[in-house]
Amino acid sequence: MITFIPRDKVSKNWIIIAPILSIVFTIFFGLLIFTFLGYNPLETLYQIFVSPFSRIDRISDILVKACPLIIIGTGLMLCFKSNVWNIGAEGQFIMGALLAGFIALSFPNIETKFFLLITILAGFVGGALWAFIPAILKTKLNVNEILVSLMLVYVAMLFIDFIVRGPLRDPMSFGFPLSKPYPDGALINKIPFPGIGFLGQLHYGILFVLLLIPVSWIFVNKTLGGFKINVLGSAPQAAKFAGFKQNSITITVLLLSGGLAGVAGVIEVSANIGQLQPEVSFGYGFTAIIVAFLGRLTPVGILFAGIIIATVKLGADNAQMTMGIPKVVTGLFEGILLFFLLTGETLQKYKIKWSEGKK
Amino acid sequence: MAKKELDILLKATKICKSFGNFIANQNIDISIAKGQIHALLGENGAGKSTLVKIFYGVLQQDSGSIEINNQKVSITSPNVARKNGIGMVFQHFSLFPALTVAENILIALDNKMKFNKVVDAISKLSKEWELFVDPLKLVSELSVGEKQRVEIIRCLMQNPSLLIMDEPTSVLTPQEIKNLFKILKRLASSGCSILYISHKLEEIIELADEVTVLKSGKSIASIDAKKTTTNFLAETMVGKKITQLKKNIKTSKKNIAFEVKNLNKQKDHEFGISLTNINLQVNYGEILGIAGIAGNGQVELMEILSGEINCEDNNQILLDKLPIGKANINERRELGIETIPEERTFHATVPNLTLSENTFLTYFFKYSNAKSWITNILNNPQNSLDESKKIVKNNDVRCPEINPLASQLSGGNLQKFILGRSLANNPKVAIFSQPTWGVDIGAATAIRQKLLDLSQSGKAVVLISQDLEEIFELSDKICVINEGVLSEIFDVRKITATDVGLLMGGKNKENQQMDSIK
Repeated sequence: MITFIPRDKVSKNWIIIAPILSIVFTIFFGLLIFTFLGYNPLETLYQIFVSPFSRIDRISDILVKACPLIIIGTGLMLCFKSNVWNIGAEGQFIMGALLAGFIALSFPNIETKFFLLITILAGFVGGALWAFIPAILKTKLNVNEILVSLMLVYVAMLFIDFIVRGPLRDPMSFGFPLSKPYPDGALINKIPFPGIGFLGQLHYGILFVLLLIPVSWIFVNKTLGGFKINVLGSAPQAAKFAGFKQNSITITVLLLSGGLAGVAGVIEVSANIGQLQPEVSFGYGFTAIIVAFLGRLTPVGILFAGIIIATVKLGADNAQMTMGIPKVVTGLFEGILLFFLLTGETLQKYKIKWSEGKK
Repeated sequence: MAKKELDILLKATKICKSFGNFIANQNIDISIAKGQIHALLGENGAGKSTLVKIFYGVLQQDSGSIEINNQKVSITSPNVARKNGIGMVFQHFSLFPALTVAENILIALDNKMKFNKVVDAISKLSKEWELFVDPLKLVSELSVGEKQRVEIIRCLMQNPSLLIMDEPTSVLTPQEIKNLFKILKRLASSGCSILYISHKLEEIIELADEVTVLKSGKSIASIDAKKTTTNFLAETMVGKKITQLKKNIKTSKKNIAFEVKNLNKQKDHEFGISLTNINLQVNYGEILGIAGIAGNGQVELMEILSGEINCEDNNQILLDKLPIGKANINERRELGIETIPEERTFHATVPNLTLSENTFLTYFFKYSNAKSWITNILNNPQNSLDESKKIVKNNDVRCPEINPLASQLSGGNLQKFILGRSLANNPKVAIFSQPTWGVDIGAATAIRQKLLDLSQSGKAVVLISQDLEEIFELSDKICVINEGVLSEIFDVRKITATDVGLLMGGKNKENQQMDSIK
């Protein structure tokens, strides 16, 4: 039997050494697997780890990719900290994008960028409404939010599919399931840098992340609301004793996380796609669950975790494009990386003890 | 104590066991003679449970040796222990409620037997030892005392030469305790040794032949129980003179402070207890003790008295004759009602938060009042740092560092902190559940003195406790809770421990003739 015993003190050195060791182990096993499968191991590692940083526009692509992950992950952090298991951010992302898209397409000639405030708000409302369903079922009927939020993802996917094939399809799209393009007022522009021009796809949506991280840090660490979430997550009975209303906290965190997922959906579509289509997400809502935990449910941690995961995803795409390595293999490599990162973190805090099995 | 080598059943030498940096047992020596009732005495955390778990094979010692009948043995598992004739009755029973007594015993047997034979064997044993249980009854239908008898029978099926009992009386009524002692004495006189773990001194004097006292993981004394006194044992166990409580004569002028009227509450989950027609009142300057065995509705009662759950009718709870049944817990705090739930960690405090944060837990509303919304939002635990330092200082809470996590405090110190936090709110009415449960004697005495002081300064105190000694020591009036029903309230001078014991066992109806003070 294996038991984990908490260490009395987490060594300062190991906080630095553990992630480095994790990376070393990942590289070692990566090399092994790629060699075994007949790919040039060094070339593959280069594609995954180095090529995303090889050009400035690629670095900006990392940020673009990390942007929705961080926004969704921050919302999920609030849920997970209060022991509410919202795993349906993918659906909330889609519904946010969809409601904002509906608003955007209703004003085809609008040009002012202030309109973005309205679409982003609409995205928040769309995502929050979708999360309100598991919230109300959980608090009123004690229905498990894990099942409801997850299953609503598939409802949302099919719903947007129906919308872009039916009511919102562009008659000029030659039968493709696409909406009309968004009006100018609903598009998020790329950031022009003086003297350089655009850096890849880097867009103004990144400003939202720069705002969100400090705001959520203050919320979690310096406000009564953050304290309530913390207490409810660590000791629900103590939350009752303090007179915190469990149900209203549960509903609030679900609305906030759904809303943030919705905002991520608006930013993704308005900055990178520019119209509604059946697939708007590419699994951001699910990947963000990993981001939230890898970031140890802290805003700054989630910022870094988002960037790490985005890097590896882009690197995997590069390896696929340049070397023809199948997605399953790069997926396996991502798995190894996560495994070692989490192992390293766990072993910082716990010792392993092997003991004889009991009858 | 000189014993002939032959007479020794179990001899343990220099037993050591540590968990991480914590030393639970350090060079413990103990020898148990055949047919002896040997008591193991010590405060909570002295290492008693660790030692007997080593004897029963649940844990293995780091060093030291165990001899049984002068043969060195290594007890690697409970199986090996049973083969060596050691049986153990745990503090928390390990019975399946959905199975019958016989089925429960059958699955625990090392040698498989036919069901009918097991039933016969149980009937025979229960007659022989007056351990009356019906082998075909479901365990869920048994009382706590009966469940314990099942556990004892289960041990006796293996013909043990040593029976270990871990705090067996903590869940029993005085009558059940008497019965148990009779059985244990008969067992001992038939040659079966008994290792009896307890921190209740009177029991030990009454029952045991020899006492080994443990303190901070060491065996510090081996005493002939027939030639000692409770005071001497207590001082040996604690290692210092115990301060007596100071109880002053009360003033006679009394006003009703807090009342509960015709309160009913259906249980909200399967293992809960429904409260039926609860009536109680407590006056200023008085302590009302509510006795009762754990799990008879104390937790449910506490939830309603504290305001964690509201009453259906506002008039069901009155403070100074004003209805407050629908006031929530923070509104009641503001009105001057302070409560302490029985669960110290995870309910009264959050273990992974600091003391200042835990102070904030029941204080935050004070900072919220009459301020703008923005200060309300930014209201956070830093606000209560000074307050928490004051609580620590005024209540002699010993902390390993300034503002530690609640989990870093020992049980006694944490309870002192919790009590101090309540008292800092300057309550009119204090309702405390099991305030000294599992707390070392030093802290328990300090806490009891605070409760007495509180009532003497004219406040009303409700004390819910399983500890009958504590109830009688502190209370002015006593009532008993049994299966969600509260007895009448008796004056402490007009009721005996035996009467209370009967009420705890559910003998409410037959005792209507007892003179009540109402």
